[in-house]
Amino acid sequence: MATPSRARPGIWSIRGPMSQRRYWMLAAIGLIVPVLAWWAVANSGWVEKVFMPTPGSVWSRTALWWSEDNLLQDAGISIYRVTAGWLLSAVIAMPIGLLIGTFRPVQALLEPLTDFVRYMPAVAFIPLVMLWVGIDEGSKVAIIFIGTFFQMVLMVAEDVRRVPAAQIEAAQTMGATRMEIIQLVLLPSSKPALVDTLRITMGWAWTYLVVAELVAANSGLGYAILKAQRFLQTDKIFAGIILIGLIGLIIDQLFRLFHRKAFPWMHTKS
Amino acid sequence: MDAHKVVTIAPRIRVRGLGKVFGEKPQQVEALKDIDLEVCDNEFVTLVGASGCGKSTLLRIIGGLEYQTSGEILSSSKPVAGPGADRAMVFQHYSLYPWLDVMENIRFSRRLRANRHDITSADVEMASGRAEALLNLMGLSNMAHAYPNQLSGGMQQRVAIARALMGRPEILLMDEPFGALDAQTREVMHDLILHVFKLEKATIVFVTHDVEEAIYLGQRVVLLAPRPGRIDTIYKVPLPAQRHQDMKHAREFLDLKKEILQRIRETSGMKTDSELLEQLSRTAGNQ
Repeated sequence: MATPSRARPGIWSIRGPMSQRRYWMLAAIGLIVPVLAWWAVANSGWVEKVFMPTPGSVWSRTALWWSEDNLLQDAGISIYRVTAGWLLSAVIAMPIGLLIGTFRPVQALLEPLTDFVRYMPAVAFIPLVMLWVGIDEGSKVAIIFIGTFFQMVLMVAEDVRRVPAAQIEAAQTMGATRMEIIQLVLLPSSKPALVDTLRITMGWAWTYLVVAELVAANSGLGYAILKAQRFLQTDKIFAGIILIGLIGLIIDQLFRLFHRKAFPWMHTKS
Repeated sequence: MDAHKVVTIAPRIRVRGLGKVFGEKPQQVEALKDIDLEVCDNEFVTLVGASGCGKSTLLRIIGGLEYQTSGEILSSSKPVAGPGADRAMVFQHYSLYPWLDVMENIRFSRRLRANRHDITSADVEMASGRAEALLNLMGLSNMAHAYPNQLSGGMQQRVAIARALMGRPEILLMDEPFGALDAQTREVMHDLILHVFKLEKATIVFVTHDVEEAIYLGQRVVLLAPRPGRIDTIYKVPLPAQRHQDMKHAREFLDLKKEILQRIRETSGMKTDSELLEQLSRTAGNQ
């Protein structure tokens, strides 16, 4: 007699299996329940509307912001600042990180220094930045740059260092020069990790954007949030925060999409 | 002093009085000491020994990936001063380029400046013909456009071997290339590498910790002893050039295997298993 087949382990077994359908069902519940809870609390009358606006009022405030208060412009200028600061930091951090991860003398010269500077809080540089750069666009870009650059250098260096030694040595025993190893092995091998580093630092850039706009700006999503506080427009504060979250989520997903398209070899399995 | 040797041409690789010390002054470790070794053209030499005997270090110094602290290495009579296309290396794993497909991996050396001196289109055509031939030789012709992570461990090592052969190296250095494969795949790879050895008239230095593998593949088995790493014995394998899996059960094969294993135990400074077990059971009995 054949042994009876064992029952499929339950979803609560450690690292247990779960069907796609069930996964997305639970994911939807995880998203909907907090919104429902928010709605319930806001409408219950336990909390003042000033402190806790209803989802409905946040929605209508967003619509109003869009139609009358130029939401698009606020979002646009914020996206511009984030992108400029982040791009500036990427353009400089990539080559420096590559050199740190490739050549020991550069590592010795720059890594301890970078390690030290990155522990200095970027926010504390704001007074200095305002003094040096002024209060126009340059200062926001500078704050985002300070917040992301040093971390990015160290992450890029680490990405390059993670290239397996055997990949480098195989190229060496095929006669590759130093330049060829950088171009044909180190860069293509670390590229997927570098894109991930760019994606993660983009998230940090948004954090520093809001800091920069809260302190010294007269436009942008962060500034709109600050202004809303002055007028006790809690619903607009909510709208601003949710908008920033959504923009971040979209950018993150775009990076992931790019990752899948650009590095098919990482996402294929036989 | 070499006059008594019947060597008509200079050996492919000559290692003379080679020593390697790791680390800086207070905590130095002597990894290799007074290594003398010659590898002739079209010879298959295997290096075995207990872990820490420096067999991989020796191979890496020959490949130019490490430097010696004393002595010299001549490759085709020229001193070795770093890695070069004349000494291709095959590693245990993680050496393939996962962003390139099988064919692109095999043709990698063609992208290097050192190999871009082809003048005529006939040269280029010959090279692409060689890539195809190596692909077929390795039994990968239907895998040309697969990525390495779509291949089994055995197939990945075939690609690595084909890639190393692509540049027509004078010597192939193999650092435990089958160490991560299962026993069945390893047997298949053994016969494949012997076939390649014959077909390509290759010269191979092969590091392994598997004595059976060392005897089956090698014409000579070099046994290294640890602390400091040195050549203990060089065995000539008493098997015909054309190897066959059945030979692994032949008396000569088994005797040599036993002898080498025994010697590894002696040189590694560890007590034999039975002694160790006896001692353990005695201490257990005393409690």
